[in-house]
Amino acid sequence: MTTLAVLEQRDGALRKISFEVVTGAQRLGQPVEAVVCGAGAVQGVDRVAKFGADKIVTLTNPAFARYAPEAFAQALAERAKQAGYRAIVFAASATGKDLAPRVAAKLGVAVAGDLTDLKAEGDVVVVTRPVYAGKALLKVKVVSQPAVLSLRPNVFTPVERPKAATTETVAVNVAPGRVTVREIKAAPAGTLDVAEAQVIISGGRGLKEPANFKVLEELAQAFGGRAAVGASRAVVDAGWRAHADQVGQTGKTVSPSLYIAVGISGAIQHLAGMRTSKVIVAINKDKDAPIFKVADYGVVGDLFEIVPKLTEEIRKLHG
Amino acid sequence: MKIAVCIKRVPDSETRVKIAADGKSLDEAGVKFVLNPYDEFAVEEALRRKEKAGAGEVAVFCLGPAAAQETIRTALAMGADRGVLLSADKIPADPLESAKILAAELKGTSWDLILFGRMAIDDYNTQVGTLVAELLDLPCVSAVSHLDIEGTKGVAEREIEGGIEVVDFQLPAVLTTDKGLNEPRYPALKGIMAAKKKPLDIKPVQPGAGALAIAALTPPPERKEGRIVGEGAGAVGELVRLLREEAKVL
Repeated sequence: MTTLAVLEQRDGALRKISFEVVTGAQRLGQPVEAVVCGAGAVQGVDRVAKFGADKIVTLTNPAFARYAPEAFAQALAERAKQAGYRAIVFAASATGKDLAPRVAAKLGVAVAGDLTDLKAEGDVVVVTRPVYAGKALLKVKVVSQPAVLSLRPNVFTPVERPKAATTETVAVNVAPGRVTVREIKAAPAGTLDVAEAQVIISGGRGLKEPANFKVLEELAQAFGGRAAVGASRAVVDAGWRAHADQVGQTGKTVSPSLYIAVGISGAIQHLAGMRTSKVIVAINKDKDAPIFKVADYGVVGDLFEIVPKLTEEIRKLHG
Repeated sequence: MKIAVCIKRVPDSETRVKIAADGKSLDEAGVKFVLNPYDEFAVEEALRRKEKAGAGEVAVFCLGPAAAQETIRTALAMGADRGVLLSADKIPADPLESAKILAAELKGTSWDLILFGRMAIDDYNTQVGTLVAELLDLPCVSAVSHLDIEGTKGVAEREIEGGIEVVDFQLPAVLTTDKGLNEPRYPALKGIMAAKKKPLDIKPVQPGAGALAIAALTPPPERKEGRIVGEGAGAVGELVRLLREEAKVL
């Protein structure tokens, strides 16, 4: 049976997280149908064929220029009712977390969300999802048909499996809905969200004052657009950094390739949010700080000496 | 303003997770339970909206065990008017079953707003509010970090990757609240005393089995022990070498 992979677009261009969804969906077997909602053709959508999609469907409606929660949900649920998919896979992104439960409810099921693993066992889909902010892993059997799932960003590394995908464009007739996105206030150009960044440089109270985050921003810039600056709860609560940047149990749980914790002691609720990072580096003046217990590599000392030196070295590599 | 707030009793974020003997659940011995932090934003927002309107009611609903009465009392101490415990020994593993119980309770009353925290910090399901909205066929905005309401028109902001989505919606509506929406108040002693006398109904409920079955709860894989590369800026060269050659992340 077919698995439906729900892609994402913004401003008419496919979002990269879509490749993760197509890659993850294939864990349940073949074939995979990829679907995107757009006002018209979505730029780059054909690229999902390279990642293993067998069929690419664009659902079009004038209301689909921006995310239209009710209209997207109705269009996808109606398609799912007709086609009878085995599973519907979303990204556990800001949009996916909002959209997946809407579609699920219309199909009479719930979402097994924020998955880090999934597989098919006969008619059952068995999934793993971090709970208690990653302090434990919950293995869940999803017996509903379809299984409605969402995948944690940055976990399912896109794998190229080129297919000669068929394409289809369907104009759908749905109402714009009662909830409409008026505008998107973009973050300053080049700002990457911590949930999607491959490299995160996080700062804590050790930075001493908000202005000092500049040293972390410089390090992030040295990574050339791959890095975001994160923050501990302490500095977010103190108003030094935006909540959007908070990593931890009451912030974001992240899984970057490289996590650099600077001046963060490592409270349990922070460790929970970043322990699935592939490589962790800690820079702290206190050699007994708990952060060193989860770090692969630690440097003890004054961050205001260490970080600029690191920035210099990274610049050399990328220069 | 007539506002319902749905809340949950969860282990405190500082909890060290120990797996119970059944291999499927949290060992609750010695665990401190609190009002879910995201629900505090929902309670606070409800109180502010009622105060601004000058009249109305804030009612809190909680699906949970008998001990969740304490969680409801916390919301009452913050200023909510009354509480309802939808009493079940276990919260269902399938969030749709929780949503059905809450929707059945909320149905039939004309709420201006129904508020939830955007997620619970224990099961991380991030969907019960949205599911309830679907079951009640109400407009829903999730993860609201800024809110303006004029009459029956609302404008909410929600954080998305690399930006903020500005969303128009109609009341009545279901909203789920994110950090940043407000600064929740601490219950004052007067509030705590008053809360003891506020009405708290207990209604037994029977959640369905649902389509999600817990197979196991396990500790996360241990990270292999790391090492201190060195001290001070002099260690940076070695750190970069290790990140390149050993960890291969540069």
